[in-house]
Amino acid sequence: MHGISRKPPTDEDQAASSLKAAKLRDLHAQMLNFHRNKIYTKEAMEISASMLELNPEHYTGWNYRKLAVQFHLNQLPGNGDDSQSIQSILTQELRVVENALRRNHKSYGAWHHRKWVLSKGYLSTDRELRLLDMFCKLDSRNFHMWNYRRFIASLRKMPDEEELKYTTGIIEDNFSNYSAWHYRSVLLCKLMEKKVSGYDAEEIVLKDEYEFVRSALFTDPDDQSGWFYHLWLLEKTLQYEPALISSWPPQGSNLHLSHGACSTGPQPFPEVHFQSKGRMFPLILYFSEPVNCLSSSTVTAECECHTFTNLIWRALSASPQHFSQAWMTYIEFPDNIDLSKACSVSVTVAGAPEITSLSGKPLSKCCHLSFSVRTPSDSSVHSEVDGHHKISWSEENFMVHSEVFQSSFLHMLRSSIGVEKVDNKDTSDWRMDIISNEVAYCQELLLAMDCKIGKLTLVRLLMARSMLVSNGNMDDGTEVRYEDIVKLYDGLKKMDPVHVCYYEDQCSLALLKQVISDVESLAKHCGQYREPSSPASKPYSFLRLNGLLISRIGFMENFLWVQMLDLSHNKLRDIEGLEALQLLVCLKLSHNRIRSFTSLEPLKLLSSLKVLDISHNEIGAHSIDTRRHLCASPLTHSVENEWRLDELVDEDGTQKENWDAYLLFKDLKLVQLDIAGNPVANYRLRSFIVKLMPSLHWLDAEITIR
Amino acid sequence: MEGTDYCPLVEPSNFDLIVVSTGFQESIIASAASAAGKAVLQLDPNNFYGHHFASLTLDGLVSFLQSDFQLPLCSSQESSDYASLPLVARSLYSELEIKSYSSQPIESSGKFNFDLCGPRVFLCSDAMIDFIIKSSVNNYMEFKSVEASFVSDVTGKLVTVPDSRSAIFKDRTLSLIEKNQLMKFFKLVHGHFQESEETKISKEDLESPFMEFLSKMGLSQKLKSFVLYAIVHANYDQESAEVCRDIVYTESAIDHLALYHSSVGRFSNANSALLYPMYGHVELPQAFCRRAAVKGSICGLGMPAVSVLMDKETNAYKGIKLFSGQEIFSSKLILPPSLSIPTEHSTCTEDAKERVARGICVAEASMRPDADNFLVFFPPRSLYPEQITAVRMLQLSSNMAVCPSGMYISYLSAVCDKAEEGKKLLNAAMDALFLTDNSRNFDSKDVANKPHLLWSALYIQELQKAYASSDFIRHTMMPDEHLDYSKLLDATEKLFRDLYPNEEFISTPDDEPTDDGSPDMDP
Repeated sequence: MHGISRKPPTDEDQAASSLKAAKLRDLHAQMLNFHRNKIYTKEAMEISASMLELNPEHYTGWNYRKLAVQFHLNQLPGNGDDSQSIQSILTQELRVVENALRRNHKSYGAWHHRKWVLSKGYLSTDRELRLLDMFCKLDSRNFHMWNYRRFIASLRKMPDEEELKYTTGIIEDNFSNYSAWHYRSVLLCKLMEKKVSGYDAEEIVLKDEYEFVRSALFTDPDDQSGWFYHLWLLEKTLQYEPALISSWPPQGSNLHLSHGACSTGPQPFPEVHFQSKGRMFPLILYFSEPVNCLSSSTVTAECECHTFTNLIWRALSASPQHFSQAWMTYIEFPDNIDLSKACSVSVTVAGAPEITSLSGKPLSKCCHLSFSVRTPSDSSVHSEVDGHHKISWSEENFMVHSEVFQSSFLHMLRSSIGVEKVDNKDTSDWRMDIISNEVAYCQELLLAMDCKIGKLTLVRLLMARSMLVSNGNMDDGTEVRYEDIVKLYDGLKKMDPVHVCYYEDQCSLALLKQVISDVESLAKHCGQYREPSSPASKPYSFLRLNGLLISRIGFMENFLWVQMLDLSHNKLRDIEGLEALQLLVCLKLSHNRIRSFTSLEPLKLLSSLKVLDISHNEIGAHSIDTRRHLCASPLTHSVENEWRLDELVDEDGTQKENWDAYLLFKDLKLVQLDIAGNPVANYRLRSFIVKLMPSLHWLDAEITIR
Repeated sequence: MEGTDYCPLVEPSNFDLIVVSTGFQESIIASAASAAGKAVLQLDPNNFYGHHFASLTLDGLVSFLQSDFQLPLCSSQESSDYASLPLVARSLYSELEIKSYSSQPIESSGKFNFDLCGPRVFLCSDAMIDFIIKSSVNNYMEFKSVEASFVSDVTGKLVTVPDSRSAIFKDRTLSLIEKNQLMKFFKLVHGHFQESEETKISKEDLESPFMEFLSKMGLSQKLKSFVLYAIVHANYDQESAEVCRDIVYTESAIDHLALYHSSVGRFSNANSALLYPMYGHVELPQAFCRRAAVKGSICGLGMPAVSVLMDKETNAYKGIKLFSGQEIFSSKLILPPSLSIPTEHSTCTEDAKERVARGICVAEASMRPDADNFLVFFPPRSLYPEQITAVRMLQLSSNMAVCPSGMYISYLSAVCDKAEEGKKLLNAAMDALFLTDNSRNFDSKDVANKPHLLWSALYIQELQKAYASSDFIRHTMMPDEHLDYSKLLDATEKLFRDLYPNEEFISTPDDEPTDDGSPDMDP
């Protein structure tokens, strides 16, 4: 029971318990003997009943009784027509369970047995409600009782509204009851989904619930159950249908496919260049939430005279359920299409019910995307990162866009984000109302008392507001002040050092969001990579997010165009999300906190990646990598893998300790790699990697010698 | 008086202790003394139990309050051996004012059990309930929850007292910040009673007036009033030092608060902090009389003692003489506050005495459609600006078995110096809660919800505190001005210890079966 401290057992208690143990041992032995020999006599049933009433935790005991019940039911003459006899057998079971539950009202086996008996359907469930009331009185936070209540409610088809009222009553008695709040959230979801009268307007339901829980939050801010419900409400408030929010090629762009670098240099948007070996280019769709089921039947791509069929869509994620925010396919023009003049391509993601988000919401609206493609006639010299040219990350090679170019760049950023803007302005307005309202209440509460979870909620609300502002172009007049968010996270880090990593991650997202939301400031991080010394080198579009001290990256929908990314001098521990950047050729991750090769897993999905700098990280520094389980790896069975152990075995011995390096690099075709400054980077590893990647030309700035 | 015509002979005629009357203190003393092995005789001049704590029918109540009780003169001859000092009886009630608001007499008026000492309740965890359980008299009693507490003002609008965490959560009248403040305050009090030294309230704060402490804790005016008058049950306006005779200090206040909070949920079948004894408060002295009888005391009703016998030479107490003329001897004597011996004139003058105005109302409907048994508090200055003491009201329904079904009894009380003042307070409260001749016409909706008053009785009761007479003769107290029995029980214990310094006041009976320790309550 909650809030009641345990007393140490007295001598008497101990004597009683050893007596009970002796008795139990005897009963156990007898019961197991019956079980083994399939003895289901009346006497055997009585003995097993008294055993279970004494020790309801005995699973085998319950299973024995299930077999026995089934045996007795089968023994009944007339093939089970005699409902009275059936009922008497089953009623006896209910009696045993009830006695067992009186001994331990949290016994899994006993509750399950009761469900099993009632599922047979011969017995009335009238008594069950009284039983539930009794157990609720004993301990209103017993989640077994709540589970059972849901079971009975569905058996009896009890109306959800009534059940909701029941939870209200329980919560009013004592709002420190996760189970009751949880049941409430389940019921409200059902009621809103079914659009039951009174619950059809999501806005009103949510507002009422916010008000209900607010009273709990103010009354006792130290109690977490209300806050958890509030968090659920916030999530529910921000739950949209999934939408296509970004793509590459960007909406409205004119894509120029060429074999080499564009000789004319970068041109302002909507002109976009892509270096391609053939008449093929990648198409990347980015959704507001992870979705599933993108296929040639749900997405159509066509140009004036051709429909691209049999497109193979790949989820850019290691998620086992094939949910992903980013999806990619390759589009290849057949030879009969003349690309010397622009050919307009339109892509339609059908509003198909089979495409759903992780939360189960379908993508109901149809999304369109169009751009044009052509191959310039004056195809220039083919140049690609190869073994002969080393990419240098030195400052002088990064040309920030000129002012003239900037405006078109901004235009691209804006149009690449929000292929189709969330155009449900009215529905977003009430969301904004709710969030702003909650922000105000949260601030009021924090004025009255310092409260960790209140601060966390406030900062979540502020972030939610910033999302609403940027997603829907809505503005309730208050500017999003990222410095406030950062300050709140700094406070939380001090207050709650145990969860400092979480706060760092969240704070990083806020910092990134700040960089992104101010497009002018973002422009300073973007430009063209060019080496003055070698003008023929390819001009990559770069993004530099170095030295921001972020521990997590996000908002990839803004960066689908990036070919060269500098994330050095941050605090990154993993690079989840980076897999969406399919155009990425060069990646700098030096001076971060990456601890293992497994946390670089997303790189395996980057097929164009040639240059990688992971120097000065912590790979190999921690013998036990506690974050490994977070990354997709064969260890978590989240990625498929063919182990080819023979490749791991070197001629002069075994390289088994480098299995994780093997798993990462065997699929990469890097030309240039920097791993210096990691404890793991020794001679053996270097030679292993050189052997593993024949394409590798530069390793730690030295030409690889084979 | 009836019943005094016949007085049985008491045998034996020597006792350790004679207790005159069967009031609250008298019955507990009789029970404790007999449990300690003393030979006890308990006699009540009335032919009902309880005396000033009795619960009476309508007619019984009126005649008891009206009777200017005179002891029958002793007809028998003067005893030769002892000096006989006739006892002087005095009614401690005055200014009885009975009103009938309906032309019809009240039906089945004999089915009422009106408490003389109302409004009065128990807190589930208070010392009285503990005492009841320890002495096993809960076997003779039944209790029911007083479901709710409200605060009201002159308009009669009842606002729920947010007295617990869940009540604060449910409350719709407090602002969110007030909810936060009040709960924070409750937690602070809770913390004071924990093991940890860090959460203790400082000594300085404990010795400060509670009002100041509440202000220091940042509680709003409304919250202060809730805590002071509806939870801590203060009598006097704590905000003005000149009128407040009874400043509540933080230490005792938070003790009371903690007691209040531990009362909520003490018994699984009681859903609030407060209890009322079914059939009326007389059940309590009656239960103790029963326990006394179990322990061997002799109890007689309708047997007035008419005089006290003193040794002629030493002037020491020897015994009493009954109306029948029988002389009974004991080493000690307990007298009720209404009886005095001429020699021991009370020192206090009539004017200086505090009084409590009590009222009893009968109505045919509840003040709240959603509750039957509840308390209402009118904090100082809520009825009119000059109101310096709180008015309390307790409504009870027929499910307490105190009145016929469909009827409601309401008890009111307020401390006062003068009778007029007390009556003014009670009348103002009645006008706020009931439809009376004086009810102001607030908006019609308010009026429609208020019950019609059928009958009412107001009376002034003197607050006679216990005064010692001699080592052998002691006086008990009148029902006090408080809502619960704690102070009276303390006084009783003190009285008992004065009488028998070496005996246990609370001795757990070993010869009677004890149950699980919770008083019987109707679910």
